[in-house]
Amino acid sequence: MTRTPFDSHNSIEASGLVKTYPGDVRALDGLDLEVEAGTVFGLLGPNGAGKSTTVRILTTLSSPDAGSARVAGHDVLAEPVRVRHAIGVVGQKHGVDFDATGRENLVVQGEFYGLTGAALRRRAAESLERFGLADAADRLVKTYSGGMQRRLDVAMGLLHRPQVLFLDEPTTGLDPEARAQMWAEIERLAREEGMTILLTTHYLEEADRLASQLAIVDRGRIVARGTPDALKSELHGDTIAVELANGDGPAAAAALERVPEAREVALEGSTLRARASNGGAAVPAVLAALEAHGVRAAAVTLSRPSLDDVYLRYAGRTWEEAA
Amino acid sequence: MTALRQTWQVALRYLRVIARQPAFLFIALVQPIIWLLLFGALFKSVTEIPGFSGGSYVDFLTPGVVVMLAVSSAGWTGMGFIEDINSGVMDRMLASPVWRGALNLGSVVQAVIQILIQTLLIVLLALALGAHYANGVGGVLILMLVAALLGAAFASFSNGLGVLTRQRESLIGAVTLVLLPLTFLSSAMMQQDLAPDWIGTVAKFNPVNWAVVAGRSAAMEQIDWGLVAGRVGLLAALVVLASVFATRAFGTYQRSL
Repeated sequence: MTRTPFDSHNSIEASGLVKTYPGDVRALDGLDLEVEAGTVFGLLGPNGAGKSTTVRILTTLSSPDAGSARVAGHDVLAEPVRVRHAIGVVGQKHGVDFDATGRENLVVQGEFYGLTGAALRRRAAESLERFGLADAADRLVKTYSGGMQRRLDVAMGLLHRPQVLFLDEPTTGLDPEARAQMWAEIERLAREEGMTILLTTHYLEEADRLASQLAIVDRGRIVARGTPDALKSELHGDTIAVELANGDGPAAAAALERVPEAREVALEGSTLRARASNGGAAVPAVLAALEAHGVRAAAVTLSRPSLDDVYLRYAGRTWEEAA
Repeated sequence: MTALRQTWQVALRYLRVIARQPAFLFIALVQPIIWLLLFGALFKSVTEIPGFSGGSYVDFLTPGVVVMLAVSSAGWTGMGFIEDINSGVMDRMLASPVWRGALNLGSVVQAVIQILIQTLLIVLLALALGAHYANGVGGVLILMLVAALLGAAFASFSNGLGVLTRQRESLIGAVTLVLLPLTFLSSAMMQQDLAPDWIGTVAKFNPVNWAVVAGRSAAMEQIDWGLVAGRVGLLAALVVLASVFATRAFGTYQRSL
């Protein structure tokens, strides 16, 4: 096992993580990761890509078959207790006790991290206030709305003021309003507290909006990394999508291949996609080429590259196919 | 110190659930009450069998029912962890630096408190039915102690099993499978020297019988201190063994994640 010297700029470093499950399921296949301190890092990928397995290993819940990882300066295998003290975890499933009140949940959580007495009670009260749960503090959690439960979840993860926060799909299952609130809260944490946040998500828009750094996970490996803008700008130019009204798709694609402005032509169902440095200027040539082969276009759309396109390029599949 | 605090916090978590719905405490008493009334009536004339020593059958049966209650009540303890695993609470606890032993022991403390309340009620019911506690309050306290020790051991076993199997069905199966044989392979309902020899041999290794014999001697008969101390020692050792098993189960669970 090779261990790279810990770089103090990084809050999380993982190298060569491998994890297999019974039935020869290779959840992680040599995953490498570096997360700079004080950033919001998005781990983006469809369900089953290996995001949650990565989080479970980095939070010491599970251990890798091979590879090593350091979180907040501590080795997750050699010093799991130190790692646990330094991190906050908000899991994919609810970690809240439905049969207790919000306040009771926070107090138990605090005791687990060694907080006690008046200091703990004060911190729990502040936390309830900050997450808009003060009025519901002494009500049983099972009477909370989904958004309130999720906010309590995050409040519990932050109670001991961790250096690194793990948010595993924080907005899955939330209604749009609760999701917007959660996004605002995550942005505030990153801005005001300078906390390192590792966020997993399978929502492209969520990663695009929140993460300053991004890694795309597919089949247990990181297939691309960078800022959302950098990843998108690697895909020079625009996407032209032509909805075909009639005619032979493959023949139309072949025709499009011969148009000099169009690159990376792909056919999906009755939609023909191509990339062009200047999409607007390429459209007339594209339509002319199709017309020459007797193909009519029902609709043409031009779009700036999205993370969806980034994913298509690196994972070789569209987002919908993978998810 | 931290370990004690954390153990108490875990116990408190479960105790609050009971405090908010005390009805469950009494629902769990229905079965032992039926045993006491039904077996008490059914086997009343057992005392007339030649060779049966001692007084009334209620005197004989009460320690047996108290011990059966401890086993069945403790057997369901692991359900709490199965629910915690399903809800995500377990993963949150295991991602925290909480001492693993506290997770099990806290739940055991809750089980023991519940068993003490329940056994006290059964002891009082038996008193109303005419049971005669030969050694007064002291003897009854020893009976409750052995019930608590046996319950603590079975609560840990139940927790370990719950964490390893993660399935309610497995736990229900195990409790159902274990309770009756352990009871009938003991002197809970029938005096040992009136039962076949092989049952007596098996009973020597049966923790339920350790508790029944010690509890009965302390509460109902002339106390045999050597017997009581020996059985209490064995039960205490079993509690330690079961706690180690349950605490180690968390590690096995995490390796499967």
